[in-house]
Amino acid sequence: MAATQKDPVIVVLQLTGGNDYLNTVIPYNNPLYKDNRKAVGIGDNQILQLDQNFGFPSYLKAMKGFWDEGKLAIMHGVGYLDSPRSHFRSMDIWHTCEAEKVGTEGWLGRVVREFDPKKENVVTCVSMGPSLFRALSVPGVPVACVAGPLETYGFLPGIQEKTQRQMILDRFSRMYTPEPGSGVMEYLGTTGQDSLLGADILKAAPIKYKSEVKYPDTPIGRKLKGIAQVHCADLGTRVFYCDYGSFDTHAGQGPLHQSLWTAVNEGLEAFMTDLRNQNHSENVIVLMFSEFGRRVRDNGSGTDHGAAGATFVLGDKVKGGHYGEMPSLDAGKLVQGDLNPNMDFRDIYSTILEKWLKLDPVPIVNGTYEQLAFLN
Amino acid sequence: MAHKEDIALMAHLMRRAGFGASRDELETRVAKGYEATVEELLNPETQPPVDPYTLLRHQPAALLPGGQPPMGNVNYMYYLVNTKRPLEEKMALFWHHVFATGNSKVDNYDQLLEQIVLFRECGMGNYRDLLLKVAKNPTMIFWLDNNQNHGTAVNENWGRELLELFSLGAGNYTEVDVRECSRAFTGWTFETKIPRLPYGRFPWKFEYRPEDHDDGIKTFLGHTGNFNGEDIIDIIVTQPACAKFICRHLYNFFVADEPQVPAWPIEPPRNPEAIAEMAAIFRASKCDIKPVLRHMFNAEWFKNARYKHLKSPAEVVVGTLRLVGGYEIPKPGYGELSMQPSYMGQDLLNPPSVEGWHTGSEWINSGALMSRINFVAEQVGNTSLPGVQSIMGHLKTHGTMQPEQLVENCLELLGPVEVGPDTKKELTDQAKQWGQIKFDTPANEQAAVKHTAELLQLIVATREYQFA
Repeated sequence: MAATQKDPVIVVLQLTGGNDYLNTVIPYNNPLYKDNRKAVGIGDNQILQLDQNFGFPSYLKAMKGFWDEGKLAIMHGVGYLDSPRSHFRSMDIWHTCEAEKVGTEGWLGRVVREFDPKKENVVTCVSMGPSLFRALSVPGVPVACVAGPLETYGFLPGIQEKTQRQMILDRFSRMYTPEPGSGVMEYLGTTGQDSLLGADILKAAPIKYKSEVKYPDTPIGRKLKGIAQVHCADLGTRVFYCDYGSFDTHAGQGPLHQSLWTAVNEGLEAFMTDLRNQNHSENVIVLMFSEFGRRVRDNGSGTDHGAAGATFVLGDKVKGGHYGEMPSLDAGKLVQGDLNPNMDFRDIYSTILEKWLKLDPVPIVNGTYEQLAFLN
Repeated sequence: MAHKEDIALMAHLMRRAGFGASRDELETRVAKGYEATVEELLNPETQPPVDPYTLLRHQPAALLPGGQPPMGNVNYMYYLVNTKRPLEEKMALFWHHVFATGNSKVDNYDQLLEQIVLFRECGMGNYRDLLLKVAKNPTMIFWLDNNQNHGTAVNENWGRELLELFSLGAGNYTEVDVRECSRAFTGWTFETKIPRLPYGRFPWKFEYRPEDHDDGIKTFLGHTGNFNGEDIIDIIVTQPACAKFICRHLYNFFVADEPQVPAWPIEPPRNPEAIAEMAAIFRASKCDIKPVLRHMFNAEWFKNARYKHLKSPAEVVVGTLRLVGGYEIPKPGYGELSMQPSYMGQDLLNPPSVEGWHTGSEWINSGALMSRINFVAEQVGNTSLPGVQSIMGHLKTHGTMQPEQLVENCLELLGPVEVGPDTKKELTDQAKQWGQIKFDTPANEQAAVKHTAELLQLIVATREYQFA
């Protein structure tokens, strides 16, 4: 299936390390918030009020703007049963939708396989970063992993002189000619040529890209710019992935959380402005998740691993607002000192799959989950 | 100068029993002899161990690296790159593949590295003793929930994986055996962990709690008695299936790629005779690993299995760093280097699940292939590194070279690497663009070094180079 400019696209921004839910969507009128956050609480004069119950810290400026436009959905109390409070295990569960056993297929890898079962477009999925996130990993599904700037993406970036480089890459392609029936050599050949092709397709993106928007020179700013470049080049990419962190704020949380979210806000502001200026924003949603929230009571300088968190979906077609309810902060309702999740993260995935990507969510998230109302 | 075929065979042995060797090392080893080299590899105590204090001086946090990468990875990579006991380290990696335990749940590199030390120290000893040590390893106990395996409430996680993944393979036991095996390991746990805060992590210690052990009669694989865990291990290791299973693992890791482990009950081994030979030695020696390895490395089927194994990311990264040199000290940037295998799909100390990594062609995907080729090319293209300079030095002794000679010599010095005729034609056509390679004047030498580095990069980018 060849993608057109109108096909829905998902951008995932992974907030690695466990973002502190309570200091991101602050229940500023709840006395229990102030009681529990003596060291890291956000003061009243530092809060951007969303309504009479919740506010963002002042450093979520762009997010407040999206909220005011009605383009930001906040999902409350997100998690799953028996949250393990381990970064790696939790991240794995979010990536594979397998809470009971260790999964082998990533949920977005399955999405890519649905979109392009015959592997007609090797850049259906583009990941910004050196590693293949497990969410994207399914055997046989191509993912273009872009570790650095798109301008230098491809094989043998060290060989730069233009004619020399072209000659070498032509040789590479011929050396990777898949001979049918040669088993592993054939597979290596196909993969090599796919990757070469992907690099060749993606190379067009920064050349074609013209923009007045200046992205912040931060890791997340650069990644979001790369995504905008590829998206605006209409190469048929349907799934983008990037990450930022670490949000693991055990100590010195105040300034750390501020600098992390400032980078994310500046990046997102540039990204959305860029896409809107180029008339490329309407078919994009941005999913922002973290593997867990953090403990209700601070530890004197930061916060430890918790359970329920907040997940955000941003986009011009998103129905902004609160979805679900913040779990109770009452000591008696906490689980080992943590907010008890009351929304399954697979509700959010299922909603995106069914209403946005128009796919059957059941085989992708391994079950039937609730549909939420943040998309039409 | 050593005979070309002897060098090629020694290079094969060193790629498999270790992480490759430079040309100079290969020549020294050929002079010593093949069988003598195998004996040296099998007896690591004849060579000095890695000096942990050099690591600690440069990287004090390596003492207790905690739960966040890359600290644990730096520690492990330092040993892999610097060991003078290549087979000891390769066997530790082998057991890490088999007894796959990961930071995703353990969240504690201190414990994972302690497990690697166990594999390093006992990996070439007796399998029965190793299995018992693994059963008592607190990291493994936590990983497979045996601390939740109680006399009154059996948890089958460890019991099942012990049979399925660590000793017999699926199809060689019943569900009743799983249950009875698990009962025998009730009460095998570790001391209560001291909370991490405020003093940091404390080592975990095995503890046997008799009051939590099921003392009833168990029937396991046809034997009946009041078995404890050690009795179960003694029954397991006498099963014919156990010898075959472990030897097939060794064959897959050291000789030639087999299908993925879950397919083993269905697909027969590629070389059943080889597995049978190894299994017979394993049984005769009462589970000693060393005689099996000795037979394997000296067997014709091993010597003939050149380039029948797709390099794992660990083999790619460690082999390259040992070849190019300059990584004897954990200098800045080591953290990034130590994460390279994970960028290629093998996050050391953090396998995707207890099943371990899928090997062979499953190492390859678009991103992983690009990562591995670009990483190796960047290293061999860095003419300031000692190992690359050594290659240049060897080439220089040949004086003026025609394109065909340059290609032959570069292939020889990087492996030797064996390439197909089509690949060789492309490499030669590329070299023809540069004409004769000369080192006679500074200007010619500069051009020669530049072109040679480009040719080395093209060679490591070939499909053939992805195999060992």
